[in-house]
Amino acid sequence: MQKFSAFSLARQAVGRHLGWRPQWRSVAPKPSYDIIIVGGGGHGLGAAYYLAKQHGLRNIAVVERGWLAGGNTARNTTIIRSNYLFEQSSSYYEHALKLWEGLSEELNYNVMFSQRGCLMVAHTVHDVQVFKRHVYANRLNGIDNEWLTPEETKAFCPPLNISPNIRYPVLGAALQRRAGTARHDAVAWGFARAASDLGVDIIENCEVTGIDRDPSGKVTGVQTTRGPIRAGKLGVSAAGHSSVVLAMAGIRLPLQVNPLQALVSEPVKPAFPCVVMSNTIHAYISQSDKGEMVIGAGTDSYVSYTQRGGLHIPAHTLEAICELVPDFRRLRMLRSWGGITDNTPDRSPITAKTSVPGLYVNCGWGTGGFKATPGAANLFAWTIARDEPHPINAPFTIERFRDGTLIDEAAAAAVAH
Amino acid sequence: MLLIDCPYCGPRAEIEFAYGGEAHIARPAADVSEVEWSAFLYLRDNTKGVLAERWRHSHGCGRFFNALRDTRTDQFHAFYEIGTPRPDMGGAV
Repeated sequence: MQKFSAFSLARQAVGRHLGWRPQWRSVAPKPSYDIIIVGGGGHGLGAAYYLAKQHGLRNIAVVERGWLAGGNTARNTTIIRSNYLFEQSSSYYEHALKLWEGLSEELNYNVMFSQRGCLMVAHTVHDVQVFKRHVYANRLNGIDNEWLTPEETKAFCPPLNISPNIRYPVLGAALQRRAGTARHDAVAWGFARAASDLGVDIIENCEVTGIDRDPSGKVTGVQTTRGPIRAGKLGVSAAGHSSVVLAMAGIRLPLQVNPLQALVSEPVKPAFPCVVMSNTIHAYISQSDKGEMVIGAGTDSYVSYTQRGGLHIPAHTLEAICELVPDFRRLRMLRSWGGITDNTPDRSPITAKTSVPGLYVNCGWGTGGFKATPGAANLFAWTIARDEPHPINAPFTIERFRDGTLIDEAAAAAVAH
Repeated sequence: MLLIDCPYCGPRAEIEFAYGGEAHIARPAADVSEVEWSAFLYLRDNTKGVLAERWRHSHGCGRFFNALRDTRTDQFHAFYEIGTPRPDMGGAV
């Protein structure tokens, strides 16, 4: 692997940049692997990396139906935070946030992680009470979160309109200063490059069409569009298609997929210093390093695999943003797109063993999986390598729905999160 | 935005409707096992293909009805009343 540094950049510049090599190997599938990860997004590539790096396993492949990180890794609004209400959730997301803080060094790849702070804006008395409860719960768990008055909110994010005369006035905000954003592509590419360097085979354009099992039910391999591949263990990290893949092994997951849309404006000079989220009026906005305002809209209500949704959903979000940040009324929107989010009934993920021996699943990240990328990858790798969950992801089973031990972030956040 | 053909009011824009999830789910008897009860509460077909689902014309007549929709294309294939069986599309979908 070619190390990236100021020195290597200077040396390549002298050679007119003709000496760069591909960042990961492009390979055809071998007949057999110890572990196959299904899904070449951030979570799947990261799991392969941690399996190789932390658990010393080498004979690993990642199979991806399309191209690397073309699904939800490429389609989200890159918000990273860990200020969740329940202990189980906040320790999972905080585990991820701590890994984010060292990820660029770990991968020798600039993932452009920027801890610019995330404001969760309150507009109603109920919001104020709920967010203050979040602040107190987080601080008891050692996670930074603080309450700001409207004036303090305005001081932290000057473009916000805190006039009391708007339809949903700003009554304050919860601020997590360690929260922020990262560059989505760089995360996937960084994990792919580092995993490939440790011997992981990354196989694109390879769709899984069946799961092979022996008479005892144990997983023995997969059928793919590039032929059968034998595997000792199979880890599925297929986001919106998790139900489809797990159905090949006869497993029904408590998931429903919904389109979630996002859009970006034309690029402008630095004008928005942090991430702003408003659950009540459904506006999620930050500015990318390219200058575009990155805006997350709400989910469409119905089950769909189309990666697109109704225009009234982003229009609703833009109306809210125009009132909250009046300066942006004249911004033109450049692009909009949708992704397929896999939502569980309690809006918490599943990172667990399944009832089929040798089959593991990491899914249900719904509308908020990007922030968890290194944490989910790290704990999914642990679960696969040791055939048992890490204490942090132990509550995130499929069986919690049978046992009634929900982690009800759906109720805690009251919206998609 | 979807164009939804309410069996009582005719075609209307999606914003007049509320989604009701998978259709034809019967509430089990009270003495079923935990596994069956949790399946009733939490497991829904997440079909990639033609799905039978409920809609409610919440800003119109207020009535529930069922629809067949392909989740790969969002194209509707049929609208039918609650209590009637899923239409047999004769292999057309």
